[in-house]
Amino acid sequence: MDSIIANNLKKSYGNTIAIENISFEIKENELFGFIGPDGAGKTTLFRILTTLLIPDNGTAEVCEMNTVSDFKKLRQILGYMPGRFSLYQDLSVEENLAFFATIFGTTIEENYDLIKDIYSHIEPFKDRPAGKLSGGMKQKLALSCALIHKPQVLILDEPTTGVDAVSRKEFWQMLKNLQQKNITIIVSTPYMDEASMCDRVALIQKGHIMTIDTPQKIISLFGKSLYAIRSDRLYKLKNDLLNFSDCKSAHLFGQYIHYTGKDKVNSKLLNDYLLKNNHSNIEINPIEPGIEDCFMDLMLANNN
Amino acid sequence: MEQRESIIKVKSLVKKFGNFVANDNLTFNVFKGEIFGFLGANGAGKTTTIRILCGLSSPTSGEVMVAGFDAYKQSEDIKKNIGYMSQKFSLYDDLTIVENIQFYAGIYGMRSSIIKKRTDELLEKLGFGDSRDKLIRDIPLGWKQKLAFSVAIFHKPEIVFLDEPTGGVDPITRRQFWDLIYQASEDNITVFVTTHYMDEAEYCSRVTIMSDGKIVDLDTPLALKAKHKVANMDEVFYRIARNKE
Repeated sequence: MDSIIANNLKKSYGNTIAIENISFEIKENELFGFIGPDGAGKTTLFRILTTLLIPDNGTAEVCEMNTVSDFKKLRQILGYMPGRFSLYQDLSVEENLAFFATIFGTTIEENYDLIKDIYSHIEPFKDRPAGKLSGGMKQKLALSCALIHKPQVLILDEPTTGVDAVSRKEFWQMLKNLQQKNITIIVSTPYMDEASMCDRVALIQKGHIMTIDTPQKIISLFGKSLYAIRSDRLYKLKNDLLNFSDCKSAHLFGQYIHYTGKDKVNSKLLNDYLLKNNHSNIEINPIEPGIEDCFMDLMLANNN
Repeated sequence: MEQRESIIKVKSLVKKFGNFVANDNLTFNVFKGEIFGFLGANGAGKTTTIRILCGLSSPTSGEVMVAGFDAYKQSEDIKKNIGYMSQKFSLYDDLTIVENIQFYAGIYGMRSSIIKKRTDELLEKLGFGDSRDKLIRDIPLGWKQKLAFSVAIFHKPEIVFLDEPTGGVDPITRRQFWDLIYQASEDNITVFVTTHYMDEAEYCSRVTIMSDGKIVDLDTPLALKAKHKVANMDEVFYRIARNKE
C-alpha cells in the first residue's frame, strides 16, 4: 500500500518557483530519502506533506488523508523533525518530552519502548536545559519528541546537517532500527553518502526531481566507465585531466579524481599523458560510481 | 628542508568559561600558504578557538600569535589582516553584488580606486559581470558561496577563516568552491577551514582533529591515514571518535 502519494505539486514564493511537477509514491514502511542541496525544494515539500503549507497546484495524500482538507486528522499520525532545532531551549530534556507527549494526548511511559534506544543516550541528562545539549544530543531529543505519540509516518528534514560524521552514522542506524517498528520514514539530506542507507531515493535539484529509484538501480544506470585517478599533485592532476582531449568529466573526490572519457578510456595513453605532464605515483583504476557521481552527472545533464 | 614561516602560532592555549574548559592546552602552528583543516565533532571547541584566532575573544592563558600580532594586545590588528566566511552569515540579501563588495572593502579601509579595479576583475573572473546590480537574495546559492568567499579575501588578507563554508551546497558547487580555495592558497593566502565533509579533509595540507577541547591529532592526511592504517579521512575520524568512548 502507498503511504504517501504526491501528484504534480507546485509551490512558488513570489516569483521564485520552489518546487514544480513533483509526483511520487512512497510505500508503507519504506525508508525513503530526498537527496539534494540547499534550495532544491526539500523543506518546501516536507512542509506540504506535514500540512504546514498549502501547495499552489497538485495534491498530496498521506495515509489516505489529504494534506489540505484532512490536516487535523493527519497531524495526529505524523511525526515531524524540522530542519532547525525547534524544541524549547529553556525546558529540560524531560520537560520537552513530557510537553510533546501531553500535546498528543499520551504519556512518556505509553510509548517509551519506541524511543528507548534513542532516549537512553540522553536520559542521564534529562534535567539539563535543551539549549545546553550538544548537536548530537539535540538530534536525539528532537527525534524522541517526534516519536513519542507513535506516529505512522515520520518526516525528518535534514536531521544530520551540521553534525559530525560519526554522529551521522549513528543517527542512520537508529532510523534503520525504527523502520523495524512499522513506521514509514521520509528523510531529506544534502549528504550524498547517506543515500545508500535508504530503500529508495529521489534526487532533487532546483525544485525538480531528477530521478527516483533504489540507490543500486540509480548507480547501475550511470552508463559510463568511471575511473579513479591519483598522482602526487592532486590539483594539478585535475587541471591536466580537464585539458586532456578525451576528458568528459574530472571531479575531485577526496584524494582521487573521478574521470569519465568521451570514448573508451585508454589507460596507457592517459598514463603517458600524465607522465609527460610531470606527474608521479600515478594510479588509474576503474571503479563503480557512487550516488554523488550519479547526482553530478544528472545535474550536468539537466543543466544542458 | 627550508624553515616554513608560521602565520599562526598557538602555545598552551587555554580558554575557560567559568569552570568549563573549552580549549585545553592547545599547541599548534599554521604555516603560510597552507590549507589547514580543523575537524572535530560539534562541541569539541573549534568555534572557541577560531574566535580567539580572529581576535574576537581573548585566551584565558597561553600564547597566541596571528599574522604577527598578539591575540591579547593586538586583536584589532588581527581583525584587519584576516578574512572570515561562515555558512551562517555572509552577504546582505538586500544589497546588490557590487554594493556588498563595496561595503566590505570599505570596512577594511581599501581605497575607492582599488575597490573599483578589483571589483571589475572579480566579477569577470566569476562570470558575474552582467549581474553586478542583482540583489543577493535573487542570485543562486552557489553564486552566493563563491561571492562570499571572494569578498572574504577581497582585501588580500594573510589568512582567511572558513567556518563550514560548503554546508548544504550541491556537489558541483562544493568542488568549484574548493577550486577557489586552492587558488587562494596558490596566491599565498593561508586558509583555515572547518568542515564536516571528510572528503574535503583530504584536500587540506594538514588536518587537526579536536575532541573535548583537546587536539587529538595533527598531521597531513596521508600521514594520518598511514598512522591509523586506514584508506581515507572518514575512517581516521571514525577511529579517533570511537577511541574517545
